[in-house]
Amino acid sequence: MDDARAQPPSMRPVPPETEDALHGDTMVVNMGPSHPSTHGVLRLVLRLDGEVVKAVQPHVGYLHRGMEKIAEGMTYNQFVPYTDRLDYLAPLSNNVAYILAVEKLLAITVPPRARVIRVICCEIARISAHLLWLGTGALDLGAATVFFHTFRERETLYNLIESLTGGRLTTSYTRVGGLSRDLPAGWADRLGEFTRAFPKVLDELDSLLSRNRIWMNRTQGVGRISASDAIAMSLTGPNLRGSGVALDLRKTEPYSGYEAYEFDVPVGREGDAYDRYLVRLEEMRQSVRILDQALGRLPDGAIAVDDPKITLPKKERVLTSMEELIEQFMLVTEGIKGPLGEVYHAIEAPKGELGFYLKSEGDKSPYRLHIRSPSFISLQAVEKMAVGGLLSDLIAVVASLDPVMGEVDR
Amino acid sequence: MEGPFIEPRPPRFAVDRLGERFPGAVLEVAEFRGEITVLVPKEVIVEIARFLRDDPATAFDMLTVVTGVHYLGRDYDFEVLYHLYSVAKNHRLRLKVRLRGNETVDSVTSVWPGANWPEREAYDLVGVRFHGHPDLRRIIMPEDYPHHPLRRDFDVEGGPSEIRPEGRVASPGFRDMESV
Repeated sequence: MDDARAQPPSMRPVPPETEDALHGDTMVVNMGPSHPSTHGVLRLVLRLDGEVVKAVQPHVGYLHRGMEKIAEGMTYNQFVPYTDRLDYLAPLSNNVAYILAVEKLLAITVPPRARVIRVICCEIARISAHLLWLGTGALDLGAATVFFHTFRERETLYNLIESLTGGRLTTSYTRVGGLSRDLPAGWADRLGEFTRAFPKVLDELDSLLSRNRIWMNRTQGVGRISASDAIAMSLTGPNLRGSGVALDLRKTEPYSGYEAYEFDVPVGREGDAYDRYLVRLEEMRQSVRILDQALGRLPDGAIAVDDPKITLPKKERVLTSMEELIEQFMLVTEGIKGPLGEVYHAIEAPKGELGFYLKSEGDKSPYRLHIRSPSFISLQAVEKMAVGGLLSDLIAVVASLDPVMGEVDR
Repeated sequence: MEGPFIEPRPPRFAVDRLGERFPGAVLEVAEFRGEITVLVPKEVIVEIARFLRDDPATAFDMLTVVTGVHYLGRDYDFEVLYHLYSVAKNHRLRLKVRLRGNETVDSVTSVWPGANWPEREAYDLVGVRFHGHPDLRRIIMPEDYPHHPLRRDFDVEGGPSEIRPEGRVASPGFRDMESV
């Protein structure tokens, strides 16, 4: 990386005299909400002086579905499908994040097998989310080849997700107290094949971009943010680690047994789009390490707690035993009553800290549910990163922040 | 350690330091599932925020998120929650202020710039107004939307005419950004 840094980007910065000569009328340009580079429905109102961005005003909310309001009328399990639609590129990760918050509220400990499978889910979600980010981010900057490589790999993962959960996008896999179903036969072996083959693909992607002169020119020095600014702006995840802050909730506040896995937390140095790219690329390698360890230690046993007040009884028992029939009826109609109290629990989602605040008044539904979505917070930084740069750099800035509007607007 | 989560180290000392520095400001302390929530008077929230950020022992350098909660039938109407995190010390704390009716609370954007959008969201969806916020506009809902949907008395089954009622005064608490 050092020799790459030694050569300054040739296209920037705009010489000040040019800017002065052209200084005059500014133009307001509306970008989005339907624009291929905004990854959904992000609208940016730009004030441009020539090609230089003078001001950015982001407008969000085009994908608002009122999820936090909906949660107020749902039982805790009923809300799981809604979490699929937050960061719809990593639904498994959202399922786990939400259910961990509920389990913290209810003080439930899930069996070891469920915890390991949840780690597998989180890391699969991270790889597939980062692959999509890499493919579309490179496409935004004109590198179309990467897109096909990443989507081929993503397809493998989505096939795995489909056979695990029954859905490719809407996974709804977790339940309070465990998981909705166990791993299908042979699934772990198929995942093992993927983790053996995938590092070679990462090397290919690495060789396509990391030393690519055009990619380096487009991303190095673009959207730079210092560590202290990034912390002050509440950035988390790869966006914060790109600035050199080694904050990873899997290390600092481990959940689902992450403290028992060996992996490294990659950090950048410059805090620019290129470093955020390097961080995400390396995170995929680390996720493969975690997946290998998880597959190696996958314990046998139950995938949910054995408590009729929390998890549904076995279907065959429901059909033959009165007691289980009543238990199923009560759980489905009455739900699980939470204690009085409030909790906040966050996980290291692909985009950063995904946290759920739950306020329970002792009812079967949360009194208030608040989703701390990493993309929403990250988008605040667009203004700081893009003003003063070129319009084409703004595309790189937005791509490097990796926002997903599903979780921005909720 | 067993369990779906690791008990974080709750920074009880932070509450003590807060009480020493601001006598009488710690109105209530609750600890639940390893999380500490401190109720403080809304008048001094910015001073408390700045102290907790700058004090080397507490070092709450990051504001994770701001949450607004609406209550019915209590002697306060809103709670504003500030979820604080210290990157340097790896601990969390939740500050809480209570508001009644049209009361405002001072914005903490001067302490943590990252409070900007979360405070706008709390204003938009719950109707809490933050005094001194640089840009207090709606963020999720359209700018001419008349309600605050995360209030508990919000009518979720209101008809289409309810969404943009013509000539109807906005629901209590709604103000243009200029009047804040």
